[in-house]
Amino acid sequence: MSLIEDGASGAGAPIVELRDVNKWYSDFHVLRDVTLTVGRGEKVVICGPSGSGKSTLIRCINRLEEHQEGEIFVDGVELVPDVRRIEAIRRQVGMVFQSFNLFPHLTVMDNLTLGPILVQGTPQEAAEAGAMELLERVKIPDQAWKYPGQLSGGQQQRVAIARALMLRPKVMLFDEPTSALDPEMISEVLEVMVELAQEGMTMICVTHEMGFARKVADLVVFMDEGEIVEAAPPEQFFADARNERTKLFLSQILH
Amino acid sequence: MSTTGSISFAVPRSAPRRDPPAREAGVLLWLRKNLFSSVYNSALTLLALWALFVTIPDFVAWAFVDAVWQTDDPAACRAAAGACWAVVAEKHRVMLFGTFPYDEHWRAVAVIAVVIAMAIVSVFKRFWSYWLFVAWLGATGIVLLLLLGGLFGLTPTGTHQWGGLPLTLLMFVGTVVGGMPLAIMLALGRRSSLPAIKAICIGFIEIVRGVPLITVLFMASLMFPLFMPEGLTIDKFLRAQIGMILFFAAYAAEIVRGGLQAIPRGQYEAADAIGLGYWQKTGRIVLPQALRIVLPALMNDIIRAFKNTTFVSIIGLFDVLGATATALEDPLWVLYALEAYVFIFVLYFVFCYAMSKYSERVERDLSKGRNL
Ligand SMILES: Nc1ncnc2c1ncn2[C@@H]1O[C@H](COP(=O)(O)OP(=O)(O)OP(=O)(O)O)[C@@H](O)[C@H]1O
Ligand SMILES: [Mg+2]
Repeated sequence: MSLIEDGASGAGAPIVELRDVNKWYSDFHVLRDVTLTVGRGEKVVICGPSGSGKSTLIRCINRLEEHQEGEIFVDGVELVPDVRRIEAIRRQVGMVFQSFNLFPHLTVMDNLTLGPILVQGTPQEAAEAGAMELLERVKIPDQAWKYPGQLSGGQQQRVAIARALMLRPKVMLFDEPTSALDPEMISEVLEVMVELAQEGMTMICVTHEMGFARKVADLVVFMDEGEIVEAAPPEQFFADARNERTKLFLSQILH
Repeated sequence: MSTTGSISFAVPRSAPRRDPPAREAGVLLWLRKNLFSSVYNSALTLLALWALFVTIPDFVAWAFVDAVWQTDDPAACRAAAGACWAVVAEKHRVMLFGTFPYDEHWRAVAVIAVVIAMAIVSVFKRFWSYWLFVAWLGATGIVLLLLLGGLFGLTPTGTHQWGGLPLTLLMFVGTVVGGMPLAIMLALGRRSSLPAIKAICIGFIEIVRGVPLITVLFMASLMFPLFMPEGLTIDKFLRAQIGMILFFAAYAAEIVRGGLQAIPRGQYEAADAIGLGYWQKTGRIVLPQALRIVLPALMNDIIRAFKNTTFVSIIGLFDVLGATATALEDPLWVLYALEAYVFIFVLYFVFCYAMSKYSERVERDLSKGRNL
């Protein structure tokens, strides 16, 4: 749908664009000629075996990792080694981590309001009102004054999602948001993510939750050894994957 | 819970609340458990009892029964068999205030009172606010005014006249307040990605840690003047203060660095991801967590800084210990140095023990929850 290789431009104007991105960890070639365009409002699910470079790829989009070749554009602005521009881009991009990474010394409320107050200069009251609104949306308004250590994993991850949404980002990145959760908590996080998708958020999501991919994804991307091996809408991706490696992977995770 | 027929696995009933059963107590039990639990233990207990039996009566006789508490005549002490506490009564002004002018001692007392009062107030969490900071600024102003004089009709007293407990306390507070920010900057600089900053910080820390405090003080006292432009001299007190700050900072920097290393990478990444800049990330996310982790170790270093103030007497400043040594130069009382030093020992012990108790409490609070 929006893989630039076939020249088709998706529904929305591109908001994240990667062109021939290459990255090495010392001499290990971790991303190889990765090209991907994500339009406004699109949802992309990235899957692939462990070590295939999925995390590295999405971490390049908000410059937690630096790519060495190729170009990455976020909302039309190219990612270059310029601190100000990187910080500006990071405000457009929310990120949710596998291990939540909440700030343990701050209350849930402070975790949420820190960004708007420090980065955008939002007055505290307005920031807190915005935070409560988001906590309602992720269904834990009653946890606002607790510390992260007092919450369950599923609640922590929902706080992390709310925190990422506080700066009103244009894109949300998720790196295996449910892999560190106990099974009974996965659904409460996925539910929040599905709602977010239905509200029209642009999402790039590394996950092996194929039910989620079927439900919300516009495009499923399969990565292996640093390459995008296959990219297709979910119906096509799950029904008739073309590549042998994709088929093998699918047979392993869909029993 | 099954109550089918007459077979029941749980019998519902209600029981009134009761006190817990009395624990086996009693003096004999305690003695047996703690002092005579084995042959060795019993032997050690008996040995210790014997040692106490031999020493305590003599000590009590010396320190209390036969002691001379008050006299202005050293001959009275020579005649007595016990301790001569009169030396403390006679010399306490010099011991506590050094060379500070006699008529202005009330100002020195006021300084001690202000510093101790501020320290006590600062211990209580409920006072931790912006106002406490303002109060410290105010206290600093008052202390400097009292010690320097020259305003509001107070006789000017230069730093060369400072001495005794006010000097010790000022040197200590100055060392910690000046040294902590420097330590934090050094610790951050040591992890900097800029090679020049990193090299300077590592060089400074390693050099200062590699030499004894006395050397640092001598360098501060003798070498600073060489680097200063002609005609500009820095005060001796200030030079010693700078030396103490540098020494404290080098050690504290390594402690802070340990805390920085304990912060998981995910914390930095999460701060990056919401677009915080370096100083926001460092000030709001990294340092608050890192300092909490190393607070007990830092308290240890702070207590050591208090004891290290005694070294300034080597470069000619009269802290409590130095002032006491001067007081004992009086040939009439020189025989009773032991008593004077016992007093100084108690004084230092009170301060250090209070700090150590406080750090214990902080540690307990920290281990209970994540929040201070
Ligand atoms: N900082 C690093 N230095 C060197 N090699 C790294 C670094 N980070 C990741 N790698 C390597 O790069 C490869 C890709 O890592 P990446 O984390 O992107 O994989 P992934 O697809 O997210 O895997 P997983 O499903 O296990 O999370 C792996 O082989 C990994 O060992
Ligand atoms: Mg990964």
